[in-house]
Amino acid sequence: MPETCIYIARSSAIAARALAGEMMVMNSADSTFFTLNEVATTIFQAADGRTPLREIVRDRVCEQFDIDPEQAQADAEQFVAELSGHGILLVSNQPLAPETP
Amino acid sequence: MISTPRQVTCVEIGRIPIALSTCDKGFPDLLRERYDGFLSSSPPEFELEFDLTGTGPASDDDVRVRREGHEWLIERGDFHARWDPRTGRGSVRQNANPYSLDSVLRILHSLILAERGGFLLHAASAISDGRACLFSGVSGAGKTTMTRLAPPDVTLLTDEISYLRPNAEGYSAFGTPFAGELARAGENCTAPVSALFFLEKGPENCVHELSSAEAVRRLMRNILFFAEDRGLVEKLLATACEFVARVPIRRLTFYPDARVWDEVRNFARDFADNLQEVPEHA
Repeated sequence: MPETCIYIARSSAIAARALAGEMMVMNSADSTFFTLNEVATTIFQAADGRTPLREIVRDRVCEQFDIDPEQAQADAEQFVAELSGHGILLVSNQPLAPETP
Repeated sequence: MISTPRQVTCVEIGRIPIALSTCDKGFPDLLRERYDGFLSSSPPEFELEFDLTGTGPASDDDVRVRREGHEWLIERGDFHARWDPRTGRGSVRQNANPYSLDSVLRILHSLILAERGGFLLHAASAISDGRACLFSGVSGAGKTTMTRLAPPDVTLLTDEISYLRPNAEGYSAFGTPFAGELARAGENCTAPVSALFFLEKGPENCVHELSSAEAVRRLMRNILFFAEDRGLVEKLLATACEFVARVPIRRLTFYPDARVWDEVRNFARDFADNLQEVPEHA
Protein backbone atom coordinates (compact mmCIF):
# COMPACT_ATOMS: atom_id res chain seq x y z
CA MET A 1 0.00 0.00 0.00
CA PRO A 2 1.56 3.36 -1.01
CA GLU A 3 2.58 5.68 1.76
CA THR A 4 0.29 8.70 2.18
CA CYS A 5 2.02 11.99 1.57
CA ILE A 6 1.32 14.93 3.86
CA TYR A 7 1.66 18.42 2.42
CA ILE A 8 1.75 21.47 4.66
CA ALA A 9 1.40 25.20 3.97
CA ARG A 10 1.41 28.28 6.16
CA SER A 11 -2.01 29.86 6.65
CA SER A 12 -2.54 33.30 5.16
CA ALA A 13 -4.11 34.41 8.44
CA ILE A 14 -0.85 34.40 10.35
CA ALA A 15 1.97 36.82 10.97
CA ALA A 16 5.42 35.43 11.71
CA ARG A 17 8.74 36.91 12.68
CA ALA A 18 12.13 35.49 13.64
CA LEU A 19 13.90 36.94 16.66
CA ALA A 20 17.03 35.71 18.39
CA GLY A 21 16.84 32.32 16.68
CA GLU A 22 13.18 31.73 17.50
CA MET A 23 10.16 32.07 15.26
CA MET A 24 7.18 33.91 16.68
CA VAL A 25 3.85 33.20 15.04
CA MET A 26 0.56 34.92 15.65
CA ASN A 27 -2.83 33.99 14.29
CA SER A 28 -4.71 37.16 13.36
CA ALA A 29 -8.07 35.39 13.61
CA ASP A 30 -7.88 34.68 17.34
CA SER A 31 -4.65 36.39 18.48
CA THR A 32 -3.08 33.12 19.65
CA PHE A 33 0.69 33.41 19.86
CA PHE A 34 3.30 30.68 19.47
CA THR A 35 7.05 30.53 19.81
CA LEU A 36 8.69 27.81 17.72
CA ASN A 37 11.98 26.11 18.55
CA GLU A 38 14.67 25.58 15.92
CA VAL A 39 13.34 22.26 14.60
CA ALA A 40 9.77 23.56 14.44
CA THR A 41 11.01 26.73 12.73
CA THR A 42 12.75 24.64 10.06
CA ILE A 43 9.52 22.76 9.32
CA PHE A 44 7.45 25.95 9.42
CA GLN A 45 9.76 27.72 6.99
CA ALA A 46 9.73 24.76 4.61
CA ALA A 47 5.92 24.53 4.61
CA ASP A 48 5.45 25.61 1.00
CA GLY A 49 2.47 23.37 0.20
CA ARG A 50 4.46 21.47 -2.44
CA THR A 51 7.14 19.59 -0.51
CA PRO A 52 5.89 16.45 1.30
CA LEU A 53 6.44 16.51 5.06
CA ARG A 54 8.53 13.34 4.90
CA GLU A 55 10.88 15.09 2.45
CA ILE A 56 11.10 18.15 4.72
CA VAL A 57 12.00 15.95 7.65
CA ARG A 58 14.55 13.95 5.65
CA ASP A 59 16.22 16.82 3.77
CA ARG A 60 15.96 19.67 6.26
CA VAL A 61 15.41 18.43 9.80
CA CYS A 62 17.63 15.34 9.74
CA GLU A 63 20.27 17.20 7.73
CA GLN A 64 20.47 20.08 10.20
CA PHE A 65 19.83 18.34 13.50
CA ASP A 66 21.12 15.14 15.02
CA ILE A 67 17.76 13.37 15.26
CA ASP A 68 16.66 9.79 14.61
CA PRO A 69 14.64 9.89 11.31
CA GLU A 70 11.67 7.89 12.62
CA GLN A 71 11.50 9.94 15.82
CA ALA A 72 11.85 13.15 13.78
CA GLN A 73 8.96 12.10 11.52
CA ALA A 74 6.75 11.25 14.51
CA ASP A 75 7.59 14.57 16.23
CA ALA A 76 7.00 16.49 13.00
CA GLU A 77 3.57 14.90 12.50
CA GLN A 78 2.61 15.75 16.07
CA PHE A 79 3.83 19.34 15.65
CA VAL A 80 1.97 19.71 12.35
CA ALA A 81 -1.24 18.37 13.89
CA GLU A 82 -0.95 20.82 16.77
CA LEU A 83 -0.33 23.88 14.59
CA SER A 84 -2.99 22.76 12.17
CA GLY A 85 -5.46 22.62 15.06
CA HIS A 86 -4.67 26.26 15.80
CA GLY A 87 -5.08 27.33 12.17
CA ILE A 88 -1.37 28.09 11.72
CA LEU A 89 -0.66 25.34 9.17
CA LEU A 90 -2.87 23.89 6.45
CA VAL A 91 -2.56 20.13 5.92
CA SER A 92 -3.57 18.01 2.96
CA ASN A 93 -2.69 14.75 1.24
CA GLN A 94 -2.56 16.73 -2.02
CA PRO A 95 -0.17 19.60 -2.85
CA LEU A 96 -1.56 22.90 -1.60
CA ALA A 97 -1.64 26.17 -3.53
CA PRO A 98 -0.13 29.00 -1.48
CA GLU A 99 -2.83 31.09 0.17
CA THR A 100 -3.02 34.69 -0.97
CA PRO A 101 -3.17 37.08 1.99
CA MET B 1 -34.20 75.05 6.24
CA ILE B 2 -31.07 75.91 8.19
CA SER B 3 -28.99 73.05 9.54
CA THR B 4 -27.56 73.21 13.02
CA PRO B 5 -23.91 74.28 12.89
CA ARG B 6 -21.37 71.69 13.96
CA GLN B 7 -19.13 72.58 16.85
CA VAL B 8 -15.56 71.34 16.64
CA THR B 9 -13.31 70.37 19.53
CA CYS B 10 -9.76 69.26 18.82
CA VAL B 11 -8.29 66.64 21.14
CA GLU B 12 -4.55 65.97 20.81
CA ILE B 13 -3.10 62.79 22.34
CA GLY B 14 0.41 61.60 21.49
CA ARG B 15 0.87 64.67 19.25
CA ILE B 16 -1.93 63.49 16.98
CA PRO B 17 -4.68 66.14 16.88
CA ILE B 18 -8.13 64.81 16.03
CA ALA B 19 -11.09 67.13 15.41
CA LEU B 20 -14.33 65.92 16.97
CA SER B 21 -17.40 67.67 15.58
CA THR B 22 -21.05 67.48 16.57
CA CYS B 23 -24.35 69.33 16.25
CA ASP B 24 -25.23 68.42 19.83
CA LYS B 25 -24.99 71.46 22.10
CA GLY B 26 -23.97 69.61 25.24
CA PHE B 27 -21.34 67.30 23.71
CA PRO B 28 -18.53 69.90 23.44
CA ASP B 29 -18.87 70.54 27.18
CA LEU B 30 -18.50 66.81 27.84
CA LEU B 31 -15.43 66.74 25.57
CA ARG B 32 -13.84 69.74 27.25
CA GLU B 33 -14.42 68.26 30.69
CA ARG B 34 -13.26 64.76 29.70
CA TYR B 35 -10.16 65.82 27.80
CA ASP B 36 -9.12 68.86 29.78
CA GLY B 37 -5.37 69.14 29.38
CA PHE B 38 -5.50 67.42 25.96
CA LEU B 39 -7.46 70.08 24.05
CA SER B 40 -5.56 71.58 21.16
CA SER B 41 -5.58 74.45 18.71
CA SER B 42 -3.31 72.57 16.29
CA PRO B 43 -4.61 71.89 12.77
CA PRO B 44 -6.26 68.47 13.03
CA GLU B 45 -4.72 65.50 11.23
CA PHE B 46 -7.98 63.56 11.42
CA GLU B 47 -11.68 64.35 11.77
CA LEU B 48 -14.55 62.47 13.35
CA GLU B 49 -18.17 63.59 13.02
CA PHE B 50 -20.35 62.51 15.92
CA ASP B 51 -24.02 61.79 15.67
CA LEU B 52 -25.36 61.27 19.17
CA THR B 53 -28.19 58.84 19.72
CA GLY B 54 -29.15 59.86 23.26
CA THR B 55 -27.80 58.85 26.59
CA GLY B 56 -27.06 55.31 27.63
CA PRO B 57 -24.45 53.18 29.32
CA ALA B 58 -21.26 51.93 27.73
CA SER B 59 -21.55 48.37 26.44
CA ASP B 60 -19.78 45.27 27.77
CA ASP B 61 -19.99 43.65 24.32
CA ASP B 62 -16.81 42.79 22.46
CA VAL B 63 -15.75 45.41 19.99
CA ARG B 64 -15.50 44.38 16.32
CA VAL B 65 -13.02 46.16 14.07
CA ARG B 66 -12.87 45.12 10.44
CA ARG B 67 -12.08 46.47 7.02
CA GLU B 68 -14.89 47.21 4.59
CA GLY B 69 -13.30 48.32 1.35
CA HIS B 70 -10.90 51.10 2.24
CA GLU B 71 -12.70 51.93 5.47
CA TRP B 72 -12.40 50.58 8.96
CA LEU B 73 -15.72 49.62 10.49
CA ILE B 74 -15.74 49.78 14.29
CA GLU B 75 -18.76 48.42 16.15
CA ARG B 76 -19.89 47.72 19.68
CA GLY B 77 -23.31 47.74 21.31
CA ASP B 78 -22.99 51.44 22.18
CA PHE B 79 -21.32 52.80 19.03
CA HIS B 80 -20.96 52.33 15.31
CA ALA B 81 -18.09 54.10 13.58
CA ARG B 82 -16.52 54.27 10.14
CA TRP B 83 -13.09 55.68 9.41
CA ASP B 84 -11.26 56.07 6.13
CA PRO B 85 -7.49 56.21 6.66
CA ARG B 86 -7.00 57.62 3.13
CA THR B 87 -8.97 60.78 3.85
CA GLY B 88 -8.43 60.79 7.61
CA ARG B 89 -12.15 61.30 8.09
CA GLY B 90 -14.78 59.26 9.83
CA SER B 91 -18.18 59.26 11.43
CA VAL B 92 -19.48 57.90 14.72
CA ARG B 93 -22.98 57.13 15.96
CA GLN B 94 -22.89 56.65 19.69
CA ASN B 95 -24.47 57.36 23.03
CA ALA B 96 -23.48 60.63 24.69
CA ASN B 97 -21.37 58.59 27.04
CA PRO B 98 -17.75 59.46 27.86
CA TYR B 99 -16.72 55.80 28.19
CA SER B 100 -18.01 55.05 24.70
CA LEU B 101 -16.10 58.08 23.44
CA ASP B 102 -12.91 56.90 25.15
CA SER B 103 -13.29 53.52 23.46
CA VAL B 104 -13.74 55.02 20.00
CA LEU B 105 -10.72 57.27 20.45
CA ARG B 106 -8.55 54.44 21.77
CA ILE B 107 -9.41 52.23 18.80
CA LEU B 108 -8.81 55.05 16.33
CA HIS B 109 -5.43 55.86 17.90
CA SER B 110 -4.47 52.18 17.88
CA LEU B 111 -5.18 52.02 14.13
CA ILE B 112 -3.27 55.25 13.44
CA LEU B 113 -0.32 54.18 15.58
CA ALA B 114 -0.11 50.76 13.94
CA GLU B 115 0.71 52.51 10.65
CA ARG B 116 3.39 54.60 12.37
CA GLY B 117 5.24 51.94 14.31
CA GLY B 118 3.62 52.84 17.63
CA PHE B 119 1.03 51.21 19.87
CA LEU B 120 -1.16 51.50 22.93
CA LEU B 121 -0.16 49.26 25.80
CA HIS B 122 -2.04 48.09 28.90
CA ALA B 123 0.48 49.73 31.18
CA ALA B 124 0.95 52.52 33.65
CA SER B 125 3.69 54.97 32.77
CA ALA B 126 5.43 57.78 34.59
CA ILE B 127 8.38 60.10 34.07
CA SER B 128 11.22 59.88 36.55
CA ASP B 129 14.52 61.76 36.09
CA GLY B 130 13.45 62.82 32.59
CA ARG B 131 12.73 59.31 31.30
CA ALA B 132 9.55 57.27 31.19
CA CYS B 133 9.17 53.92 32.95
CA LEU B 134 6.35 51.59 31.90
CA PHE B 135 4.63 49.08 34.18
CA SER B 136 2.54 46.43 32.49
CA GLY B 137 0.81 43.27 33.64
CA VAL B 138 -2.47 41.51 34.01
CA SER B 139 -5.29 43.14 35.92
CA GLY B 140 -4.33 43.24 39.60
CA ALA B 141 -0.58 42.95 38.89
CA GLY B 142 0.02 46.38 40.37
CA LYS B 143 -0.14 49.06 37.65
CA THR B 144 -2.23 51.45 39.73
CA THR B 145 -0.29 50.50 42.88
CA MET B 146 2.96 51.57 41.23
CA THR B 147 1.50 54.96 40.34
CA ARG B 148 0.14 55.40 43.88
CA LEU B 149 3.58 54.59 45.34
CA ALA B 150 5.39 57.03 43.04
CA PRO B 151 7.48 59.72 44.76
CA PRO B 152 6.16 63.32 44.44
CA ASP B 153 8.69 64.30 41.74
CA VAL B 154 7.42 61.56 39.39
CA THR B 155 5.03 62.71 36.65
CA LEU B 156 2.12 60.37 35.92
CA LEU B 157 1.48 59.73 32.21
CA THR B 158 -1.28 57.16 32.77
CA ASP B 159 -2.23 54.42 35.20
CA GLU B 160 -3.97 52.37 32.50
CA ILE B 161 -3.14 52.88 28.81
CA SER B 162 0.36 53.88 27.75
CA TYR B 163 0.89 55.63 24.44
CA LEU B 164 4.11 54.74 22.62
CA ARG B 165 5.69 56.07 19.46
CA PRO B 166 9.12 55.44 17.95
CA ASN B 167 11.73 58.19 17.98
CA ALA B 168 15.27 58.44 16.63
CA GLU B 169 16.80 56.65 19.62
CA GLY B 170 14.07 54.32 20.78
CA TYR B 171 10.53 55.06 21.85
CA SER B 172 8.70 57.93 23.53
CA ALA B 173 5.83 57.60 25.99
CA PHE B 174 3.06 60.20 25.99
CA GLY B 175 0.49 61.07 28.61
CA THR B 176 -3.09 59.98 27.98
CA PRO B 177 -6.44 60.99 29.41
CA PHE B 178 -7.42 57.30 29.63
CA ALA B 179 -7.57 56.63 33.36
CA GLY B 180 -7.89 53.36 35.23
CA GLU B 181 -8.62 52.78 38.91
CA LEU B 182 -6.83 55.98 39.83
CA ALA B 183 -9.59 57.90 37.99
CA ARG B 184 -7.10 60.63 37.15
CA ALA B 185 -5.95 61.61 33.66
CA GLY B 186 -2.23 61.61 32.98
CA GLU B 187 -0.18 64.72 32.33
CA ASN B 188 -0.02 65.79 28.71
CA CYS B 189 3.73 65.47 28.30
CA THR B 190 6.27 63.05 26.85
CA ALA B 191 9.65 61.48 27.58
CA PRO B 192 11.91 58.83 26.07
CA VAL B 193 11.23 55.35 27.44
CA SER B 194 13.92 53.99 29.75
CA ALA B 195 12.40 50.57 30.50
CA LEU B 196 9.30 48.41 30.47
CA PHE B 197 8.64 46.29 33.55
CA PHE B 198 6.17 43.43 33.65
CA LEU B 199 4.83 43.48 37.18
CA GLU B 200 4.29 40.65 39.63
CA LYS B 201 3.72 41.15 43.33
CA GLY B 202 6.21 39.29 45.52
CA PRO B 203 7.93 39.24 48.91
CA GLU B 204 10.75 41.55 47.81
CA ASN B 205 11.78 43.92 45.06
CA CYS B 206 13.79 42.28 42.32
CA VAL B 207 14.41 42.90 38.61
CA HIS B 208 14.66 39.76 36.47
CA GLU B 209 15.87 39.23 32.91
CA LEU B 210 13.45 38.11 30.19
CA SER B 211 14.31 36.33 26.97
CA SER B 212 13.52 38.26 23.78
CA ALA B 213 10.83 35.77 22.81
CA GLU B 214 9.21 35.95 26.23
CA ALA B 215 9.37 39.77 26.11
CA VAL B 216 7.61 39.78 22.73
CA ARG B 217 5.03 37.28 23.95
CA ARG B 218 4.19 39.39 27.01
CA LEU B 219 4.21 42.58 24.97
CA MET B 220 1.82 41.19 22.35
CA ARG B 221 -0.49 40.02 25.12
CA ASN B 222 -0.77 43.57 26.45
CA ILE B 223 -0.85 45.65 23.27
CA LEU B 224 -4.30 47.02 22.52
CA PHE B 225 -5.39 45.94 19.11
CA PHE B 226 -8.80 45.03 17.97
CA ALA B 227 -8.81 44.19 14.29
CA GLU B 228 -8.92 40.65 12.95
CA ASP B 229 -6.67 41.79 10.16
CA ARG B 230 -3.53 39.99 9.08
CA GLY B 231 -1.82 43.13 7.78
CA LEU B 232 -2.33 44.89 11.09
CA VAL B 233 -1.19 41.91 13.16
CA GLU B 234 1.92 41.64 10.97
CA LYS B 235 2.75 45.30 11.58
CA LEU B 236 2.20 44.97 15.32
CA LEU B 237 4.37 41.88 15.57
CA ALA B 238 7.14 43.71 13.69
CA THR B 239 6.69 46.71 15.99
CA ALA B 240 6.80 44.50 19.11
CA CYS B 241 10.07 42.92 17.92
CA GLU B 242 11.49 46.38 17.22
CA PHE B 243 10.45 47.60 20.66
CA VAL B 244 12.05 44.58 22.34
CA ALA B 245 15.27 45.21 20.42
CA ARG B 246 15.41 48.88 21.44
CA VAL B 247 13.99 49.06 24.97
CA PRO B 248 15.12 47.09 28.01
CA ILE B 249 12.28 44.87 29.17
CA ARG B 250 12.35 43.18 32.54
CA ARG B 251 10.13 41.33 34.98
CA LEU B 252 9.76 43.24 38.22
CA THR B 253 8.59 41.40 41.30
CA PHE B 254 7.75 43.95 43.95
CA TYR B 255 6.60 44.31 47.48
CA PRO B 256 4.06 47.12 47.45
CA ASP B 257 5.77 49.88 49.35
CA ALA B 258 7.62 53.00 48.23
CA ARG B 259 11.05 51.27 48.11
CA VAL B 260 10.17 49.65 44.81
CA TRP B 261 10.72 53.01 43.17
CA ASP B 262 14.37 52.97 44.34
CA GLU B 263 14.77 49.72 42.43
CA VAL B 264 13.11 51.21 39.34
CA ARG B 265 15.15 54.40 39.47
CA ASN B 266 18.42 52.55 39.98
CA PHE B 267 17.71 50.35 36.99
CA ALA B 268 16.73 53.33 34.80
CA ARG B 269 19.81 55.29 35.93
CA ASP B 270 22.15 52.38 35.24
CA PHE B 271 20.63 52.01 31.82
CA ALA B 272 20.93 55.75 31.08
CA ASP B 273 24.62 55.59 32.10
CA ASN B 274 25.12 52.86 29.51
CA LEU B 275 22.85 54.35 26.87
CA GLN B 276 25.31 53.69 24.07
CA GLU B 277 25.10 49.96 24.66
CA VAL B 278 22.47 47.88 22.96
CA PRO B 279 19.93 46.73 25.58
CA GLU B 280 20.53 43.10 26.45
CA HIS B 281 17.99 40.36 26.67
CA ALA B 282 18.86 36.95 27.94
